Amino acid sequence: MSVVVFALVQLVPGDPIRLALGTRFDQETYDALLARSGLDQPLVQQYLTWAGRAVTGDLGVSFRSGETVTSLIAERLPATLTLALASILVALLIAVPLGTISALRPRSLVDRVATVLSQIGISVPEFWMAIVLILVFAGTLGWLPSGGYVGLTEDPAGWAQRLLLPAVVTGVVSGSVITRFVRSSVLEALGADHVRTAQAKGLPRRQVFTWHVLRNALLPLVTVTGVQLAYLLSGVVVVEIVFSWPGLGQLALQAVQARDYPVLQGAILLFAVTFLVINLVVDLLYTAIDPRIRR
Amino acid sequence: MTGAPLPEPAASPTATDAGVRSTQRAPRPRWRETLGLLARNPTAAIAAAVLVLLVLMAVFDETVAPDGPNEISVDDRLQAPSWAHPFGTDDLGRDILSRVVLGAGVSLRVGFLAVAFALVVGALVGLLAGFYGRWVDDVLMRFMDVLFAFPAVLLAIAVLAVRGPGAGNTALAIGIVYVPVFARVTRASVLGVREEVYVRASRSVGASDWRLLTRHVLPNAAPPIIVQTSISLAFAVLAEAALSFLGLGTQPPNPSWGLMLAEGRGFIDIAWWLAFFPGMAIFLTVLCFNLLGDGLRDVLDPRQRTLMAGGGR
Repeated sequence: MSVVVFALVQLVPGDPIRLALGTRFDQETYDALLARSGLDQPLVQQYLTWAGRAVTGDLGVSFRSGETVTSLIAERLPATLTLALASILVALLIAVPLGTISALRPRSLVDRVATVLSQIGISVPEFWMAIVLILVFAGTLGWLPSGGYVGLTEDPAGWAQRLLLPAVVTGVVSGSVITRFVRSSVLEALGADHVRTAQAKGLPRRQVFTWHVLRNALLPLVTVTGVQLAYLLSGVVVVEIVFSWPGLGQLALQAVQARDYPVLQGAILLFAVTFLVINLVVDLLYTAIDPRIRR
Repeated sequence: MTGAPLPEPAASPTATDAGVRSTQRAPRPRWRETLGLLARNPTAAIAAAVLVLLVLMAVFDETVAPDGPNEISVDDRLQAPSWAHPFGTDDLGRDILSRVVLGAGVSLRVGFLAVAFALVVGALVGLLAGFYGRWVDDVLMRFMDVLFAFPAVLLAIAVLAVRGPGAGNTALAIGIVYVPVFARVTRASVLGVREEVYVRASRSVGASDWRLLTRHVLPNAAPPIIVQTSISLAFAVLAEAALSFLGLGTQPPNPSWGLMLAEGRGFIDIAWWLAFFPGMAIFLTVLCFNLLGDGLRDVLDPRQRTLMAGGGR
């Protein structure tokens, strides 16, 4: 995995040092920087140095700003984490009730409306929805700021105001995907034999629903929520750009534009690791929810 | 997975073909029947009709569009929608309707190219991995897993950073992102078909691997792949728009929906139509591909409904 990350980033053409120095520089500075960054070494040597340090948490130094990659990422992490968690919250708040209601009354008016809404949510371009929401809520109504980010501790009200729109945009999209999963998994659980048995025993509807239906429907929900969270954590680049949200996606895009290899490598490695960790957590949650898997 | 028999060493096709010809053929793809069923699903039928219209519009763009895409008219700058310009004009006085029509060609071309690439490469990988199993499966699918672990947009951005912006490279970048999706769908489908009686029967009379794959396995494993194609087209159009929006995809002055949105973003306070109509075009196209995908899934592959809902996003 780390080899692929490294190789991919090395393929990006362009001389990072030339870009970092701008148009005016002398050969001496250039050579000094080249030696300092280690770019004059053979590629295999560069990879081994990078991988060896990465294991210890040292991801190198940005070509552009001179800061360590770890600190650059750490700086962006709170914004990305905040947005991802808020989006998943919005998504689940939409998806679980909507999906469940549709499944309980299949082919009813509610179900049809929910299906159409989720289809719309999946198809709408995020950046377009973001622009339209900014136009309405920041422009015409003037209720919310059009973008930016402040820390929770600095200004709680401003934090919430700035978080709302981006979280709604990404939450609606993820929520639409999750709604469809909730609907189909609740439908499937409803049709299972043990549910019919529970109903035949004369258990109250509510109890059948919470203990026999919802618990079984939870498994696919956990998987798809994990996938969506991984996607959100890897930085929803376009939404971050539109809302000037200083997250990891924006950092990665800037790194591509500036040919800042260490930053790009660090960011992509982090995303890949996040993806693996979330998959692991999903597997662990599975065993916690479903005792059948423990064996 | 375990205990999957390795297929016997491939005999030369000429020697075996004669023997197989007398055996029963794999059922023909029932495309007529499929179309009939699809027509009975009103949503999917409407979506298909809109898409056909879009493709026609993209093919005959020069004739359909009222004005040229880059016809600049300073007097008509930033005109609100009117009879002369139903979608209004942009900051250079270009007719937005014309640019949306011409943008359809760019968006659809990139989408089709990207999905064609992902389909051919991904289906081939999935076919080989699913059919041969064992180490072929392990090697190919582990590689797909690595590719899959990268965030889609960033992988595409990285590919574009390597190859430079432009429509062709955008198609390639999006295509690479969707290769693992097709590989997985194909592999899963092939695994289900591989041990079917007709495949084993054909093998027992000495059919070559090539014949087994092309005549029996692929046609019967195709439905989920077809469904995935429609859904992937939706996401490819969306991805092209996103990449162009970021300035990495189609380059100006070519009209691409994503690029028009990016250009219109700066004028959002004074001229909403600049960003609104290209966005609507993206939305409608993606919606239709998704609805068609859903309809196809209902007709072709009802079992897969849970597995693939919303796949890829």
